[in-house]
Amino acid sequence: MSIALDFGAILAQWPFLLKGVAWTLGLTAIAMAIGMLVGIACAWARASGPAWLRAAAGAYVEMIRNTPFIVQLFFIFFGLPSMGVKLTPELASVIAMVLNLGAYATEIIRAGVEATPRGQIEAAQSLALDRVQVFTRVILPPSLKRVWPALVSQIVIVMLGSAVCGQIATEELSYAANVISAASFRTFEAYIVATLIYLLLAIGLRRLLNWAGPRFIFGR
Amino acid sequence: MVEFTFWDILRNLLLAARWTVVLSLIAFVGGGLVGALLLVARLSKLRGAEPLVGGYVQLFQGTPLLMQLFLAYFGIALFGIQASVWVAATLALTLYTSAFLTEIWRGCVAAIPKGQWEAAQSLAMSFGEQLRHVVLPQALRIAIPPTVGFMVQVIKGTALASVVGFVELTRAGNMISNVTYQPFTVFACVALLYFALCYPISLYAKSLERKINAARR
Repeated sequence: MSIALDFGAILAQWPFLLKGVAWTLGLTAIAMAIGMLVGIACAWARASGPAWLRAAAGAYVEMIRNTPFIVQLFFIFFGLPSMGVKLTPELASVIAMVLNLGAYATEIIRAGVEATPRGQIEAAQSLALDRVQVFTRVILPPSLKRVWPALVSQIVIVMLGSAVCGQIATEELSYAANVISAASFRTFEAYIVATLIYLLLAIGLRRLLNWAGPRFIFGR
Repeated sequence: MVEFTFWDILRNLLLAARWTVVLSLIAFVGGGLVGALLLVARLSKLRGAEPLVGGYVQLFQGTPLLMQLFLAYFGIALFGIQASVWVAATLALTLYTSAFLTEIWRGCVAAIPKGQWEAAQSLAMSFGEQLRHVVLPQALRIAIPPTVGFMVQVIKGTALASVVGFVELTRAGNMISNVTYQPFTVFACVALLYFALCYPISLYAKSLERKINAARR
């Protein structure tokens, strides 16, 4: 028995793959930008918000963290239209990714916020900074720095998780692999190529974020 | 036209949730066994084991589980074997789980002070004895909370087996939503059932963690 693999047929379709990579990275970038803001807001709410907000943020975090991403995506894409909210596959994917990353980022950032030494907050207060300034200038930057490695891991996980978005016809990388395999009948090779691209993206994204964090997000 | 009551939907989802539980348990037990073997290979300092297991972990943690499932499904078919979704899903989820568990456990073993290994060595224990009597009992205690916590990831991971056609909770949700035209209700129920499975485990993992941290202080 011999197995003949033909990767040429897949690589010849490189414009499709490239488009898929662009979508995957684009979705991840948007999810990262908004998801981190959601995470910061909910971390603040859980650490020092009023009781009802604390409970609401807690429920959101636990609801997302204890259900699969694919079910969240299906609920948003298939479930919401019957309530009158029609979404394109791309928009549904972005919303699901933002909500997902937001919940995990909340827990990660909260851990960093809770590790802030009491004296730093008191020092900031004695300099007459108001509550917002204390949080955004004194508590947040070192907190992000503390938890950055965990946050980077989570962003990579969300990027890999976005492969599921192809199931609702978002044209990201796994969807491209799907289309190519259907056209070339080289299913196994198509998925091998896509998987290797994901691996490279994961390694590259991790490097990029580890490099960018100290320079652009929280300062050295 | 058949009318479907809420009870019809819920009953069928509950029946399908069995398979989510069964698949999770198989993946967890299988992944645990393979993960333990990989851990021992790494600790024994077998030549080449460290980079090989490291690469294995990197490969499974750096690629989407969905792609791993596709590769298992179509890869088995490539060998001329009619791939059943059971075999493909079990294989992919077991390998995926083993990669994460072996990495978690390695961290736990690394947390055991080096002096413990050396003390065991100085008592003329063999490698197996060092592991069995000195290192693993201590590592096991700190390994339990993250291992229980990872169980939640496994359960959520089984949802992806629906994509290759494995009929578990998510797949059943898809099918039921297609016949009842009530996607909102169906997927809300699916999400709540996953929540009912995962949340108690999350809470249990958290309480175990708190207990260990309290004991250490």
